Amino acid sequence: MAEAPKQAPAAAGRAATKKELPEHFKAYKHVWVVVECEHGVVHPVSFELLGEGRKLADKRGAELAGVVMGNDRAAIAAAAAAAFEYGADLVYTIADPALAHYRNEAFTKGLTDLVNTYKPEILLLGATTLGRDLAGSVATTLLTGLTADCTELAIDEEGSLAATRPTFGGSLLCTIMTLNYRPQMATVRPRVLAMPERQPGRSGRIVEHPLDLAEDDIVTKVLRFVADRDSNQAQLAYADIVVAGGLGLRSAENFQLVKSLAEVLGAEYGGSRPLVQKGWIAADRQIGQTGKTIRPKLYIAAGISGAIQHRVGVEGADMIVAINTDPNAQIFDFAHVGIVADAIKLLPALTEAFRKHLSVNRLAG
Amino acid sequence: MHIVVCMKQVPDSAQIRVHPVTNTIMRQGVPTIINPYDLFALEEAMRLRDRFGGEVTVLTMGPPMAEDSLRKALTFGADRAVLLTDRFFAGSDTLATSYALAGALAKIGEEFGKPSIVFTGKQTIDGDTAQVGPGIAKRLRLNQLTYVARIAELDLAAEEITVERRAEGGVQVLSTRLPVLVTMLEGTNEMRRGTLEDAFRAARTQVVTWSAADAGITDLTKCGLRGSPTIVKKVFAPSARAEKAHQIPTADLSFEALAEAVMGEIFARQPAIEGDLMRFSSGQ
Ligand SMILES: Cc1cc2nc3c(=O)[nH]c(=O)nc-3n(C[C@H](O)[C@H](O)[C@H](O)COP(=O)(O)OP(=O)(O)OC[C@H]3O[C@@H](n4cnc5c(N)ncnc54)[C@H](O)[C@@H]3O)c2cc1C
Ligand SMILES: Nc1ncnc2c1ncn2[C@@H]1O[C@H](COP(=O)(O)O)[C@@H](O)[C@H]1O
Repeated sequence: MAEAPKQAPAAAGRAATKKELPEHFKAYKHVWVVVECEHGVVHPVSFELLGEGRKLADKRGAELAGVVMGNDRAAIAAAAAAAFEYGADLVYTIADPALAHYRNEAFTKGLTDLVNTYKPEILLLGATTLGRDLAGSVATTLLTGLTADCTELAIDEEGSLAATRPTFGGSLLCTIMTLNYRPQMATVRPRVLAMPERQPGRSGRIVEHPLDLAEDDIVTKVLRFVADRDSNQAQLAYADIVVAGGLGLRSAENFQLVKSLAEVLGAEYGGSRPLVQKGWIAADRQIGQTGKTIRPKLYIAAGISGAIQHRVGVEGADMIVAINTDPNAQIFDFAHVGIVADAIKLLPALTEAFRKHLSVNRLAG
Repeated sequence: MHIVVCMKQVPDSAQIRVHPVTNTIMRQGVPTIINPYDLFALEEAMRLRDRFGGEVTVLTMGPPMAEDSLRKALTFGADRAVLLTDRFFAGSDTLATSYALAGALAKIGEEFGKPSIVFTGKQTIDGDTAQVGPGIAKRLRLNQLTYVARIAELDLAAEEITVERRAEGGVQVLSTRLPVLVTMLEGTNEMRRGTLEDAFRAARTQVVTWSAADAGITDLTKCGLRGSPTIVKKVFAPSARAEKAHQIPTADLSFEALAEAVMGEIFARQPAIEGDLMRFSSGQ
């Protein structure tokens, strides 16, 4: 097990603090976003990143590029077209049968080659299972810095990427920089950044690039892909309204009250982590640091104390309504509207109030 | 078969407090635990050992006190523990961490037999990056299998492994050749209780402790702060929202009346929601 040969010369001296960017990195320009396109669908996090990438590129007076890798040329063209409408000036594409399904080896080769050829200054990926798998390999291959799961991206006075992320389980935030290595890499979780406005008809250039990797040289094979039967995976993260429950509901039966309210509102439902541990809800319904980040227009939290690990997953909501019997519960520190009441009694009343309101107004309308 | 599990000792994050004035982390008295995600990796490794025979070595890079975590792992049933500890490793980011761990893994291979599988947890609860595993795989040129939910097949004779990997919107069934690096998904198994024999054995077992030099790591420019391309510019507490929640008065209200008040407040603050709901309920 020998160490893989390094690809780029390492800067001398203490890596992080050296002032002057090494000469060979000065050619690195522009902001890139990896556009995640699996099974013909672009992951919405890629559009969120393009929105943020646009702002970073404008600050740097640079171009914004998307990177689309796959096999199906029609899907690649559609993903590129969408990338332009969300702000990209150009899109690098690699089309190859070896990229039909996500595999680390092929995607790492493709992205690393693109970076070495076209030299971006900033490279952004979604913190999805694909993005995190790929980003770690590419950063290690390029021997550059990578900041994972950022919640905020900015350009500092000196023009460097300042990437802010939670640390110590969300109790603290830290701002991390990659000063003298390129590209500066970061991943961002879905729903942390706002979805930008789509600009229909906006277009740009496409630059095609080869993969140059034979299937025989790839050791890992995809035998099957089993799509989630319950594809609520993404729906919770992207729902406009989310109703969630916590331990305050006291029993799995009472959790039904959350589901009923969600149903009337056409909302998704979720919960705090202990409910997953107790088996009241499925793991993909967990909201928070180690679950889903959500960004709904309305979040209703019933019987949730508002621990920091929960808070970081819901803070992006436009409006948080919290029901808790404890007037000092932490959740009231960041909710917009609070009700000190028994959720087990209030939830059914709320469900009924919404049901009535909607049916009356529907008849009238 | 030799399996190595990389584990990190981490502060119990739920108990981290920030000093209200200086905004620094108050580490004193914060208990440390084995990174919870790494326990799934350790249990999976021991299950494979129990089925196919062989040994499980646990590896940690950290301060001398990280030995506690290794001892704990021995009481769960690991066969050998290696602690990589050196002041040169202080301040390592993920790139420098994966460099040091890759070095130690190579040395473990020489000393105790090449591992067929290197496990890591999905992520740590303090670093939280999920990048160290892929970093190790790249450096050691191991085939990389991340977010593994289940090891479906292991054929030692053919040196092949088939796993189910959690992907976006589904599960990928992947097969590849050994040696591999696997990052194990949480919730995939439950850590066993160590037996009494394990506890006795753990008490007798010497934790192998290596400095950078012991592990054959000679290029110190790639270690610790010097070898870390990322720099932490500042650490700060999340800003509290300026005002607390607007409390809807509840006194003397029936739950029906309270519910009406809550609904009214929601619509008053976010009028668009009422329209959305109308469209949704008419569409039904
Ligand atoms: C590494 C790590 C990661 C974590 N990740 C997550 C995560 O992703 N998501 C997450 O949610 N948690 C996470 N946690 C757990 C988190 O720290 C809290 O323990 C958890 O969020 C608490 O869940 P809860 O609010 O449902 O329960 P509790 O904290 O027990 O709160 C229950 C609340 O219900 C109230 N209550 C009681 N009865 C009623 C009633 N009848 N009506 C209304 N209110 C009532 C109580 O006043 C209390 O505030 C994590 C912890 C760790 C250590
Ligand atoms: N200092 C360390 N010592 C041993 N293993 C580590 C260390 N840091 C990270 N790991 C392993 O790498 C995984 C991912 O860590 P991270 O990239 O910090 O989220 C963890 O679950 C551990 O298995």
